[in-house]
Amino acid sequence: MHTDLARRASLLPQLAHARNPGMALDLDWVASVQANTSAIERRAASLPGRRSVKKDWQAAWLCKAVSLIDLTTLSGDDTPGRVQRLCAKARQPVRADLLAALGMEGLTTGAVCVYHEMVEVAVRALEGSSIPVAAVSTGFPAGLSSYRTRLAEIGDSVAAGAAEIDIVISRRHVLTGNWQALYDETAEMRAACGAAHMKTILATGELGSLRNVARASLVCMMAGADFIKTSTGKESVNATLPVSLVMIRALRDYHARTAFRIGYKPAGGISKAKDALVYLSLMKDELGHPWLQPDLFRFGASSLLGDIERQLEHHLTGAYSAANRHPIG
Amino acid sequence: MTVRDIFNDMSYGPAPESAAEVLEWIASHGGRFGHWIDGGFADLGDRGFTSFNPATGQPLAEVAQGTDASLDVAIAAARRAQPKWAKLSGHQRAKHLYALARLVQKHARLLAVLETLDNGKPIRESRDIDVPLVARHFYYHAGLAQLLASEQPGMAPLGVCGAVIPWNFPLLMLAWKVAPALAAGNTVVLKPAEFTPLTALLFAEISREAGLPKGVLNIVTGDGDTGAALVAHPGVDKIAFTGSTAVGRKIRAATAGSGKALTLELGGKSPYIVFDDADLDSAIEGLVDAIWFNQGQVCCAGSRLLVQEGVAERFHAKLKTRMDGLRLGDPLDKCIDIGAIIDPSQLASITAMVDACREGETYRAACPLPAGCFYPPTLITGLTAASPLMQEEIFGPVLVSMTFRTPAEAVELANNCRYGLAATVWTENINLALDVAPKLKAGVVWVNATNLFDAAAGFGGVRESGFGREGGWEGLLAYLKPAATPKPLKPTLASPAPRAPETPEIDRTAKHYIGGKQARPDGGYSRAIWSPRGKLLGHAGIGNRKDIRNAVEAAHAAKGWARSTAHSRAQILFYIAENLSARAAEFAARLRDLTGKPGEAEVEAAIARLFTYAAWADKFDGAVKSVPIRGVAMAMNEPCGVIAALCPDEAPLLGLISLMAPAIALGNTCVLVPSEPHPLAATDFMQVLECSDLPGGVVNIVTGSHAELAKPLASHMDVDAVWSFSSTPLSALVEREAAGNLKRAWVNHARARDWFGPEGEGRGFLRAATEVKTVWVPYGE
Repeated sequence: MHTDLARRASLLPQLAHARNPGMALDLDWVASVQANTSAIERRAASLPGRRSVKKDWQAAWLCKAVSLIDLTTLSGDDTPGRVQRLCAKARQPVRADLLAALGMEGLTTGAVCVYHEMVEVAVRALEGSSIPVAAVSTGFPAGLSSYRTRLAEIGDSVAAGAAEIDIVISRRHVLTGNWQALYDETAEMRAACGAAHMKTILATGELGSLRNVARASLVCMMAGADFIKTSTGKESVNATLPVSLVMIRALRDYHARTAFRIGYKPAGGISKAKDALVYLSLMKDELGHPWLQPDLFRFGASSLLGDIERQLEHHLTGAYSAANRHPIG
Repeated sequence: MTVRDIFNDMSYGPAPESAAEVLEWIASHGGRFGHWIDGGFADLGDRGFTSFNPATGQPLAEVAQGTDASLDVAIAAARRAQPKWAKLSGHQRAKHLYALARLVQKHARLLAVLETLDNGKPIRESRDIDVPLVARHFYYHAGLAQLLASEQPGMAPLGVCGAVIPWNFPLLMLAWKVAPALAAGNTVVLKPAEFTPLTALLFAEISREAGLPKGVLNIVTGDGDTGAALVAHPGVDKIAFTGSTAVGRKIRAATAGSGKALTLELGGKSPYIVFDDADLDSAIEGLVDAIWFNQGQVCCAGSRLLVQEGVAERFHAKLKTRMDGLRLGDPLDKCIDIGAIIDPSQLASITAMVDACREGETYRAACPLPAGCFYPPTLITGLTAASPLMQEEIFGPVLVSMTFRTPAEAVELANNCRYGLAATVWTENINLALDVAPKLKAGVVWVNATNLFDAAAGFGGVRESGFGREGGWEGLLAYLKPAATPKPLKPTLASPAPRAPETPEIDRTAKHYIGGKQARPDGGYSRAIWSPRGKLLGHAGIGNRKDIRNAVEAAHAAKGWARSTAHSRAQILFYIAENLSARAAEFAARLRDLTGKPGEAEVEAAIARLFTYAAWADKFDGAVKSVPIRGVAMAMNEPCGVIAALCPDEAPLLGLISLMAPAIALGNTCVLVPSEPHPLAATDFMQVLECSDLPGGVVNIVTGSHAELAKPLASHMDVDAVWSFSSTPLSALVEREAAGNLKRAWVNHARARDWFGPEGEGRGFLRAATEVKTVWVPYGE
């Protein structure tokens, strides 16, 4: 079992970097973190106007975005059939003729992301593809189930073959400033993940302020997160550029202080190809090339892929495309 | 490169904005433009010169070198058009300005691309910042035109306005000059910068579509000589200039005594203060927008970084990383942060200044530098206040930095500079931000932001950054004057010494009043003051330049006055009035002795005037401007500082009080030279001041010859404003001498003012005694 997990984990690109072991909770550092909301919003608002990629560059960047998507289904009506279909789409995210014309054969999405009950189905459906399966966990999305069951859920999903675990943090610890509790809980969850990589979902839309987002990001990294992720997709506000800027700056500071690279996953609300390009330029400019690879950057998205497919066909034909020309996932 | 290659290296490719439409527009004019005069392009046979694309060095178009003759034609056209334009209702002028705003939006991309081609700034900036601000300026001023008659009754346009604008924001500076001038009912002759004449010409052509009457807007292209000729031309009533401090100083001197209204928006070395509790990453992005916006060729660029010692190392490290990520290149590329320097001469100037710096550590961003007219983003750390680059404007993408320990030291360093245009403060502590902002010598302060502009918010400087505001009602007032035409001012003469003097029983000695004490004149000379009937009324000291020096020093020492509450200042003014009232009969008799006319009315008027400014002291409110951000832009009326005034000769007591009271009501300290022929009312008044709880040094009185004292006062580098209402013709001298430190000068141009009537008091005096500081405070959590 463990050998199998290690084998699957070895397929993950994360191993190119040393894994974040975490560090002792440094409350002085946490307390010193500032995030000026209006300045961050102004910066975010100007970002789309500052960078532009055109023609072949745009096509290549969109292919990159595809390779970074955690293709996701997190619905109460998910069935094995639905998940198998999604996995097929993950293997062949863009029509084969389009990929051939782009010279991008073999492109897959970054991962498939499902609830625990669908993990085994997804693992089977992706066998031989090297596409990892991510499981949302720990009482997703609210994170208010019993602590024992939340921890147990991680172990169950890892046992079922999930190589990545997307945990949700206890928002109440952030809202009450109980950083120690957040740290302890996240560190235990990291331990429960074992070799599987842990993405900590901050649910930024429920944290009240960008300063809280910055501080929570830092505490989760100190507790050993491999990724920090914005949202469950179930909050009323999900990934936004201002939130991303704050989390990315936290990643940069953590890297500067510890030399460990942590990944970033914006989730929810990114549905247009153009938005994906803005995020990519943000990662490139703020953090650099390593953060443009699937081991350090993912999009949590479901409808984004459809828009990218249409844009890629438009790039090749010069004619605007239609949704029905691209197989659904 | 294949798609897969790019997929692997994730580079940015070229993303050029097309120049085709702009080149077509230039070609449609045969690549050559005349001046825009009387609603059309005029070929006056002037020789041409070439405007280049600074990014490529390629010629863009030929424009005409304006001469005296071409200015004559343009100014005559503006003069002809002005009365009719002024007679239009505010609503009719508003409709034209609205049309201009809409047309700027409709031709937005054409204007933006042309601006980038001619200036070298990144297309992002011309597209997302310059052109939208231009449209906003015309919208806002359409509104001002609409409301002008009801909101500013009794005001009239100045006439023909000459505008001379710089190359760093060619179209935006045009908007800043043209919109208020036209809204107020003036017509305009505008001289764009030699390097960047083209968007002005395109704008002029577009203005035809707004139905702008012929002659209302005229553009004369040319170099600095053309600008100087426009400034010197007797046919213009106002000069509005934006540009370097050196040229502004020349313009101040050249227009001295001409009666031309003048506003100057000049250079700067604006401090950018980062406290240790700031959001450092955001402060760094602010710096990118402060010093690498428009290649640093921005008058209000945050070019002087002051960072608190404890975070300096970390801040500089972060900053260097950020600098390395900046992208220099083709300004038309939509993926470029920094474009071309305006001209090889400017590049040479920047290079020479930086290369001459032998101190500190110079860091040049590790980003690829294209060939041509480009300069890398540069940071020089470890400088001190004494370093030339800490004081001198570089006008390029070069940031200089030093550290500070405490908020008080930050303010001290920030103000240790000849300029006073803008300042930026980063801190998460609102107490600190709102404490520091009023202490900074600047016309604009941005808190946790930088380079925010809006038509509703005044922009302009203090000290050698010039005077006057652009934007808001305060900006519009610079294009208006009282509608009434003042009469000429006749000299008031002292009574001559009689053949048979009548001397008093006991000799009375009047001294100067300096620092709250009566002081003998430094020179040791006095002048006998006679009544018209030959009575010796006493002696008045003859002040000299050293008395002025002492008085200005005393006025500075009393700077606590500015921090006293308005309520306390009001109380003291009421008390002065009370004490004057108690001695009303004595003052009336003194005035009768001095002037030979009954003095009761003047004493009554003087008491009333003190009441007026006691009333105003806590009512000359600032404003919160409706700017398009989540936040407030506060227009704060701050005292100018030290005001020096030559008081009216004809109203010995009322004249002095009419100048003193508004000055001190609003927190200034002052040096007053009282009526030259009749100084003894003022010297008596010292005793009133002495017993009225007025702190020493707030009011200083030096008697003497206006002609002698005008120069030391007007040229004094530590005087912030100078007023002259003397009946000696000194307006030209005062304005010329004021050019030294570019202090504000307010002179009578030998015109009379009725000190007893409404024109002897009111908002005009209050505005002269204050500087509007706009403090931008964006907020949000």
